[in-house]
Amino acid sequence: MRSSMFAAGFCAVATMAAAETPVLTVLTYDSFVTDWGPGPAVEKAFEADCACDLRFTTAGDGAALLARVQMEGAGSDTDVVLGLDTNLTAAAAATGLFAPHGLTGANTLPVPFADPLFLPFDWGWFAFVYDRTRLATPPASFGALAASDLTIIIQDPRSSTPGLGLMMWVEAAYGARAPEIWAALADNIVTVTPGWSEAYGLFLEGEADMVLSYTTSPAYHLIAEGDDTKAAAPFAEGHYLQVEVAGKLAATDQPALADRFLAFIGTDAFQSLIPTTNWMYPAVTPASGLPDGFDRLIIPATSLLLSADEAAKLRPGALDAWRAALAR
Amino acid sequence: MARRAGAVSWPGVAVAAALCLLTLGTLGAVLARAEGASLTPADWSAVRFTVLQAAASALLSVGLAVPVARALARRRFAGRGLLIALMGAPFLLPVIVAVLGLLAVFGRQGVLNGALQALGLPAVSVYGFHGVVLAHVFFNLPLAVRMILSGWHDIPAERFRLAAALGLGPGAVLRHLEWPMLRAVLPGALVAVFLICLTSFAVALTLGGGPRATTVELAIYQALRFEFDLGRAALLAALQFALCAVAVLAAGWLILPGASGGGMDRPVQRWNGGGPLARLIDAGVIAAAAVFLLVPPGMVVARGLPGLADLPAGLWAAAARSVLVALVSTALCLVAALALGVAIVRGRFPRTLEAAGMLPLAASSLVLGTGLFLILHPVIAPYRLALPVTALVNAALALPFALRLLLPSLRGIEAAHGRLADALGLSGLARLRWLVVPRLRPVLGFAAGVVAALSMGDLGVIALFADQGAATLPLLVQRLMGTYRMEAAAAAALVLVGLSFGLFWLLDQGGHRAAS
Amino acid sequence: MLRLEAVELRHGGFRLTADWALSPGDRAAVIGPSGSGKSTLLMGIAGFLMPVRGRLTWQGQDMAPLPPGDRPVSILFQDHNLFPHLTLAQNLGLGLSPRLRLTPDEAARVDAALDRVGLSGLGACKPGALSGGQQSRAALARTLLRARPILLLDEPFSALGPALKSDMLGLVTELADETGALVVMVTHDPADARRFADRTILVSGGIAAQPVPTETLFRLPPQALRDYLGP
Repeated sequence: MRSSMFAAGFCAVATMAAAETPVLTVLTYDSFVTDWGPGPAVEKAFEADCACDLRFTTAGDGAALLARVQMEGAGSDTDVVLGLDTNLTAAAAATGLFAPHGLTGANTLPVPFADPLFLPFDWGWFAFVYDRTRLATPPASFGALAASDLTIIIQDPRSSTPGLGLMMWVEAAYGARAPEIWAALADNIVTVTPGWSEAYGLFLEGEADMVLSYTTSPAYHLIAEGDDTKAAAPFAEGHYLQVEVAGKLAATDQPALADRFLAFIGTDAFQSLIPTTNWMYPAVTPASGLPDGFDRLIIPATSLLLSADEAAKLRPGALDAWRAALAR
Repeated sequence: MARRAGAVSWPGVAVAAALCLLTLGTLGAVLARAEGASLTPADWSAVRFTVLQAAASALLSVGLAVPVARALARRRFAGRGLLIALMGAPFLLPVIVAVLGLLAVFGRQGVLNGALQALGLPAVSVYGFHGVVLAHVFFNLPLAVRMILSGWHDIPAERFRLAAALGLGPGAVLRHLEWPMLRAVLPGALVAVFLICLTSFAVALTLGGGPRATTVELAIYQALRFEFDLGRAALLAALQFALCAVAVLAAGWLILPGASGGGMDRPVQRWNGGGPLARLIDAGVIAAAAVFLLVPPGMVVARGLPGLADLPAGLWAAAARSVLVALVSTALCLVAALALGVAIVRGRFPRTLEAAGMLPLAASSLVLGTGLFLILHPVIAPYRLALPVTALVNAALALPFALRLLLPSLRGIEAAHGRLADALGLSGLARLRWLVVPRLRPVLGFAAGVVAALSMGDLGVIALFADQGAATLPLLVQRLMGTYRMEAAAAAALVLVGLSFGLFWLLDQGGHRAAS
Repeated sequence: MLRLEAVELRHGGFRLTADWALSPGDRAAVIGPSGSGKSTLLMGIAGFLMPVRGRLTWQGQDMAPLPPGDRPVSILFQDHNLFPHLTLAQNLGLGLSPRLRLTPDEAARVDAALDRVGLSGLGACKPGALSGGQQSRAALARTLLRARPILLLDEPFSALGPALKSDMLGLVTELADETGALVVMVTHDPADARRFADRTILVSGGIAAQPVPTETLFRLPPQALRDYLGP
């Protein structure tokens, strides 16, 4: 009781201090705000001329963001949510908590993308990543992967956005044949992890030949570690996209600042930070182009992306099929 | 019975009420926000899998713990104390760190498969039901050994002396001395491990191999995270409570009251050494357990060493935060456990209070965190309370362990010295100060060590409340792993393990030092 | 007067009735076969066991509401009469103040009590370092400090050798004479009763009989006592 009264007092003081500089609260996923992620540089660049205090709050991963927004409801302190992906935006829009961003700037996504509520800030192709020293000829399609005795680690679509992305990838590529593909893949799957980091960690430990990640993952090893042994396998079916978006909450008490931040997302100052901090493609390629090393990544010939509504509509059935195929 | 009835012990009742509020109250808060609720067939198969793996893990952990505890109870050798302390390490490791350690031994590229390959034998896969059970045995064997070992220590040395004087063989000693003790101790150990495995989360899915290995806690996570289906999450959490309640009731039905004598604090000598064969078997059992329990943490250390030269930014700040949280939650937890324990041993409604003390074990920490968030959010921005809430929740989650550790000793103290204290009118704080705490010191130190280490390693609710500034060490490890920095994560994990174990060691030793 | 008015005590399935009185300064032995309820009687007087029927009074006051520590009673058990983790001085000090906050005057009284039972200078020792006889003396010294008008002895000296036991009984007699306390002592040894007690209570068949002069009892033993004493 006493500590909550203390905290209440503390808050009052904090609010008074805030009355002088407006605070923009941005809810994002955990890894965005780490010292080595985009967060600190974004904060510095935005605060340089906004005369405001940019404050990040975090909630695990992309999926947790949406749950957090729903938990906070209309009484939220959050002004902008950064880090949902297109598999979640339909559900996010359905909450009625988001307001249109009103921006019409172009993006450089490989597929046409426009959403009145959500603005893309980065994107990547899902891909199976492998170690070139251990696997000389990677499979070139889901079919080849399923027919091989290669082992893979994937993420659970019920608890992680890459897992969900893979499920949508198979849906987008195979439609009604998806259950068949999952059944064929079942014996290649070593294990299904709750999130991306467990899966990638297990792969680096040598627990499987391939792991579901992004075509940009090898860029991290190449640029940050000078290690060119990791590569992504191009699949003939095409690669599904993860598009990460930001949106403004309708109940924000800083609408002007929120708009300003959303506009800032499209600028070079923000976009040029993305490739080597978030290890994804920027939504708008900066004037200076992509950093060295990105030119050595595979560029899929076909990009797959289901619309937010389609993705939301397909999810329950796809999930049942996925579970049925793998639970056997 | 016309024994003088105990009085109601208000501090204990207050602790029990707070625990109810924290576990059932948060569940209610989640339920209050829910719009309808129903379970899917997949949820029911999660329930089945959860119960099955928990039962298998409990049986195996406790079954293996009996010979290990027996060997440790019978043998005296240099470094025995250190070995027992070190063997507790898996129980104190953060889950994801421990899983990586296990995989370094049992994984595809692990030591075991390397050896099998060298011998020309086929590789074994650790993924599947057996992997889940293996990991749970790894985590819980130390706890089971501890519980059973203390049962062995509680058999008065005089009885072993009597058995030796009568020339009783190992079989007769087992039947007359050891089996009655096991009969009293084993059900409690089984239920404790069962409950821990019942609420298991990350282990099950990572090693389980696929959606077959979905536990109830994981289903709750999915319901909360992806579907934001508060009703289903609350329903699953309630189901988890019900399962735990059944287990606790079954244990209450199985557990016999154990008697433990008091002595004059003179060193005891045991007379049940047995012949050279017994000595050989004991040595083998101890060595096998030590290898199984110590090699995976050893691999964690080995993996972390290269990264120590270049520790990530913010590590020491996060470490300081974690230590602070651990110390605060340890203090909170021990005070609460002591109040509750004294109330259970001496006051009225002991059964109800004991059940309240077990509640946090049955609670879903995800639902608890979400409920707290829903309660606090309208009042105050949750990130402002990240550390106090984490300390409080960690204290509550560790309380069942502290209580389990303290209760047998509290009962022993009451049995041996309670009458004298009553006759002298020693009550309340004076009784705590002059009787309970001094006699309890070694156990208190050990319990403090366990609670501190559990709090250090637990992600608990911090992930729900933290902002960019307030990361604790486990959260930092998770953030590093989430951004490709596996080597830095391994180093941070090593620091975490070192600090956890250091804290445990200091507190445990402190208790022993203070007692002698 | 310690008065047991139609008192009935129950412990598990066991039942014991008593209906008699003892006066301050009396020294009574409680004798009877093992399992007859000698200790049960003492537990009832000390307040560890509540009577299911009848009243226990001291100087006309009902003792029922008093917890053991507040009764006008000191008791020595068969064992565990000292806390092993506290020094002798602390163990004795608990007889004066349960919170162990002793004034210099009280500390001096602790030393004096140790002197009185022949344990001078051993105040800093812990019980484990002492012999059985010394432990008994220390426990007796504490009853001196508690200075309660009733002293209950539940065979506290039964583990001591004959010479030591005789010493202790002598010491109890001296102390009881000095303080004028009522002493009730459980024993299974008729010689103890004859040496120490002017009255004896025979416990058998669920009844704690009226105290009778010890000499009379042993001169004309009832059947139950004859059975107990043997040929």
